[in-house]
Amino acid sequence: MDSSIAAILLLDGLTNGIVYGLIAIALVLVFAVTRILFIPQGEFVAFGALTLAMLQQGMVPGPVWLLLLLAVCATGMQVAALLRSGQRAGIVRCIVKNLLLPVLISALVAWAAPQQFALPVQVALTLLLITALGPLMYQVVYESLADASVLVLLIVSVGIHLAMTGLGLVFFGAEGFRTPAFWDSRWSLGAVTLSAQTVVVILAALALLVTLWLFSDRTLYGKALRATAVNRLGARLMGISTTLAGKLSFGVAAFIGALSGVLIGPMSTIFYDSGFLIGLKGFVAATIGGLASFPLAACGALFVGLLESFSSFWASDYKEVIVFMSLLPVLLWRSFVAPAHDEDEE
Amino acid sequence: MQSRKKILSLILLLAVAVFPLLPTPQFWIIQANYIGLYALVAIGLVLLTGIGGMTSFGQAAFVGIGAYTTSYLTTACAVSPWLTLPIGLLITGVSAYVLGRITLRMSGHYLPLATIAWGISLYFLFGKVEWLGKYDGIAGIPALQLFGFDLAQERHLYFLIWAIVLGATWLALNLLDSRAGRAIRALKGGRTMAEAMGVDTGRYKILIFVLAALLASVSGWLFAHMQRTVNPSPFSLAMGIEYLFIVVVGGIAHVWGALLGAGVLKLLADQLQVLLPALLGSGGNYESIVFGVILILLLKYARGGLWPWFCALAARVMPATKKPVLQPSASAIGRRDVPAKGSPLLQVEQISKRFGGLVAVNDVSFGVKAGEIVGLIGPNGAGKSTTFNLVTGLLHASGGSVSFNAENITGLHSRAIATRGIARTFQHVKLLPSMSVLENVALGAHLRSEQGFVRNTVNAMLHLERKEEQELLNEAARALARVGLQHLMHEQAGNLALGQQRILEIARALCCDPLLLLLDEPAAGLRHLEKQALSKVLQELRESGMSILLVEHDMEFVMQLTDHIVVMEFGAKIAEGTPEQIQQHPAVIEAYLGGIE
Repeated sequence: MDSSIAAILLLDGLTNGIVYGLIAIALVLVFAVTRILFIPQGEFVAFGALTLAMLQQGMVPGPVWLLLLLAVCATGMQVAALLRSGQRAGIVRCIVKNLLLPVLISALVAWAAPQQFALPVQVALTLLLITALGPLMYQVVYESLADASVLVLLIVSVGIHLAMTGLGLVFFGAEGFRTPAFWDSRWSLGAVTLSAQTVVVILAALALLVTLWLFSDRTLYGKALRATAVNRLGARLMGISTTLAGKLSFGVAAFIGALSGVLIGPMSTIFYDSGFLIGLKGFVAATIGGLASFPLAACGALFVGLLESFSSFWASDYKEVIVFMSLLPVLLWRSFVAPAHDEDEE
Repeated sequence: MQSRKKILSLILLLAVAVFPLLPTPQFWIIQANYIGLYALVAIGLVLLTGIGGMTSFGQAAFVGIGAYTTSYLTTACAVSPWLTLPIGLLITGVSAYVLGRITLRMSGHYLPLATIAWGISLYFLFGKVEWLGKYDGIAGIPALQLFGFDLAQERHLYFLIWAIVLGATWLALNLLDSRAGRAIRALKGGRTMAEAMGVDTGRYKILIFVLAALLASVSGWLFAHMQRTVNPSPFSLAMGIEYLFIVVVGGIAHVWGALLGAGVLKLLADQLQVLLPALLGSGGNYESIVFGVILILLLKYARGGLWPWFCALAARVMPATKKPVLQPSASAIGRRDVPAKGSPLLQVEQISKRFGGLVAVNDVSFGVKAGEIVGLIGPNGAGKSTTFNLVTGLLHASGGSVSFNAENITGLHSRAIATRGIARTFQHVKLLPSMSVLENVALGAHLRSEQGFVRNTVNAMLHLERKEEQELLNEAARALARVGLQHLMHEQAGNLALGQQRILEIARALCCDPLLLLLDEPAAGLRHLEKQALSKVLQELRESGMSILLVEHDMEFVMQLTDHIVVMEFGAKIAEGTPEQIQQHPAVIEAYLGGIE
């Protein structure tokens, strides 16, 4: 291996690592706020990339139907709860409140799809559509399970993963897609060519980190989220609703997933089931940070990206084996750094 | 109860045996074989997930190790399949042990993550390694031969598979109904308490993880010799998830649920494969959507799965007979030597505990002499329970020392302290609500078995330890009789009133055969007469040489019972003496009633 190959692998690894880092941040956030190990995070990534690909072709992307379905389920569950408690008066308001936004978003995407707007508009539509799925998914699936054990929540996550992968095949077909680059130029830096897409990834990640920091540091909702992450019960006693925090964290996670999908779409071909492995690599990164530390998780993600790119050069057949097996020494290391703490005593 | 179980087991055994002898179509025999293979893996997963409170997505990978080991060795090296079985078990067992040792030290959610990584890695490894045939796999695996029977025939293999499945079920049920089983059932939600009773919970976690992996490995071995060819796909993570689906559907906390779930999954999957494409077209993977949605709905609305429902139905047809109350006989288990009355037993020297900036216990010293009841009193937040936790090793002291029976026990963990003869109850009752009162109390007798870990586990699975088990249960019944709860011994512990649950905890602590009993607010929630009865029991215990340290708010109870009282306020000891001295002590009066300004 000469230095130019090393530089290429380095750059490649860093770009992927940044994307894994975004996913890892979403996973840590969701776990801290809701105790959910959100296995289907990767599905948001695939849904994001493929929704953009559908919009590129002028087709109405399938997640529109998922959004409507979830909205109807959420409304149905709330109406049923209202009926049970005999509050008939609130029903109409509840229906409007729950259905309005999802229907508007779906209608907007369905209307815009055949118009084949410019790429930035399509990206914005993709982000909007996928982000809207997050809070609704929390509401429909997890809200009534807020007090369940980590184990139950995990198995539910696996259920969502199964359902979303199946739906992905229905929505997008078995074919893979690669979306066009946002910015199609290249620069030569000595032996290395720096593609503009890499720059876009780095800039987008930085922008997201700054936004997240501003959100959690400067806004009331952000502070509510942080408070819940630190101490769920304490936050609840201060009037922060668990449901609100859960929905918010799922919204952020879905947004990050969709953004990651849009970012890697031009760099690799994405299939309906590609998200799973990507999400799990995010988990490897998040585990390095003990599922608690954002900076450590981000560093872990860069490590995973680099490990992956270098092992694809030396032992491309065993790339995945090396990446996932690296979790074991990581866990061993963590077990010495932070040994068992009392958990889940139900 | 016993006879009902026997009849049902006999019917089941007969049905399983007769099934292939009847002119059953070949298709159903094959289905039954697959169900058996799934059930074998699922039994392990029930032990691990539903009972132990851990989970693994990597069971399919362990199946793969069993299958690939025998496939490679029988084809490439022509080893007998009966030899490859133990080799496969060894490889599986060692890898599960290593995986368990690494992850089980940490909180529970790392195990599923590690097994996901493990499952994916192994799948790719099977698919990439040259000598394992890459994604094409290995073909031409010989069929099993047993006593001249050619098990290439599905109808013959059926008997082997189901003999193993029923055998595994029997072993698992035996294991759960034993001393080791009580420890395993305490893993989910009762670890602090179990450790304080001397149970090595870490060891039991690894035990059931390894057992679950071994069952999966056997299933893989059978699978390879049934299919006669293997490739990586049945050992993928998706299959690992399907095994979890089986136990959630069948009943996650019931061994029989594993068999039920395996049957339901196989039949459901077959139906869906026909039904869904006909209904929705063949474009999608609708099966996975349906499975995913079923999984979510079950966990949201019927977390127990199908088995409890099935049991309720069976109970209506054949109502259970009541278990007779166990009449305890004289104890057959050796007891500790009681130290001479009045000799120093527990000595706490200048112990302190800081939580960050908060000093919860500050330089507290006191002692308990053998055969004495010492009361630890003080207003709320005085640091009494923290002191208890420091003595019993639940918390580690920031400074100072504790010695017990002339041995320094500072810094020992709670299990080691229990071993030395200190037993305790908890301020917030910690018991296993779904287990019977008797079983909860018997958990206290965990340490009073002399066999080693492995031997005890094997004996428990084969039910060779029935004599010892009877002695442990007898000991538990004696403890219950002593505190006056024997009439409730077969009741579920969760159904007891709070006061009775506290008494149950005392019985459990007595079962440890302690030299020193630490009781955290034993009389809270008791009515007047119950308090008097408790007081009498404690006095009797003192007569028999037991030493007791208790935290209690009921002053009348404390004053008439104790020999010596230590008073704490704001983490510090403010007074010490006989009940009479304490009642007159100005600092105590000020702490309780407020000073005169």
